[in-house]
Amino acid sequence: MDAEGAKYIGAGLACLAMLGAAIGVGNIFGSFLQGAMRNPSAAQGQFGNLIFGFAVTEALGIFGLLIALLLLFVI
Amino acid sequence: MHQFQITRFFGMPDWSLAGYDVSFTNASFFLLVAALIPATFMTLAMKRRALVPNRTQSVAELIYGFVDGITTSTMGKDAKKFFPLVFSLFIFILTANMVGMFPYFFTPTTQIVVTFTMAMIVIGTVLVVGFYKNGLGFLKLFMPSGIPWPLYFLVIPIEVISFLSRPLTLSLRLFANMLAGHIMLKVFAGFVVTMSAAGAVGIVGSILPMGMTVGLMALEFLVAFLQAYVFAILTCIYLNDALHPGH
Repeated sequence: MDAEGAKYIGAGLACLAMLGAAIGVGNIFGSFLQGAMRNPSAAQGQFGNLIFGFAVTEALGIFGLLIALLLLFVI
Repeated sequence: MHQFQITRFFGMPDWSLAGYDVSFTNASFFLLVAALIPATFMTLAMKRRALVPNRTQSVAELIYGFVDGITTSTMGKDAKKFFPLVFSLFIFILTANMVGMFPYFFTPTTQIVVTFTMAMIVIGTVLVVGFYKNGLGFLKLFMPSGIPWPLYFLVIPIEVISFLSRPLTLSLRLFANMLAGHIMLKVFAGFVVTMSAAGAVGIVGSILPMGMTVGLMALEFLVAFLQAYVFAILTCIYLNDALHPGH
């Protein structure tokens, strides 16, 4: 296998990081909705926390995408 | 891809400064547009400053109130000092994202240097404010209170790494979301073209990707707003860390 092909396989594997990010982000919004349905009056105040948790979780998926982009266009 | 290419703006000469190309490009033009639209709108809307606002003034007041809600809910009573920074960042990113949604327009936020510059402004402000307000007490940010001391060997490196990765994630989130969204639109629009080239059956079949493209366009407008909102709220949270470290 030449190095060019291995680069594309590596980029594809790096995109698997988004699988974990997808599970995590879905989990966060699902749990938020669950909590919000039980106590709707408290939901408004937790919106900032929701976005913060979403952003931190999504960051790990972005790291994977970054590796894929680096493999495709930089190395 | 063609829509992300930086070219010199129509008929502009190529300027160079100390060996670097500093020509006025399409990216510079749309950055300028994204800065000028909100500046002009806010100036014109607030010119009358009536007690009972007309329609334009109430839109301006609505945007102000929205950003004010973000800052006060995260930073508390110190929010007013940092309101101008958060407001400028939010409205600039929002306009830059929205400008890029129009066909043949360049999206400034799909250039990582643009988003990274904004992220560095935020992190630079956090560092300066943190050390100015708390002195060395700012380092308590890396030592969360209320855990047994042996855990510090584990917690402090994690906190330091998470702090150092903040400018990276802040810039990459905006960049990657806008880039991926535009590429996705391009791919689905490409399906329409290749299917309709296959004859009468293809033209009928291409209704499916066409509908998908319309749906994705709506989703991208949502993402354009949401990413500006996320950038603003994360700026507030990081600034709050600088104001009140170690809790």
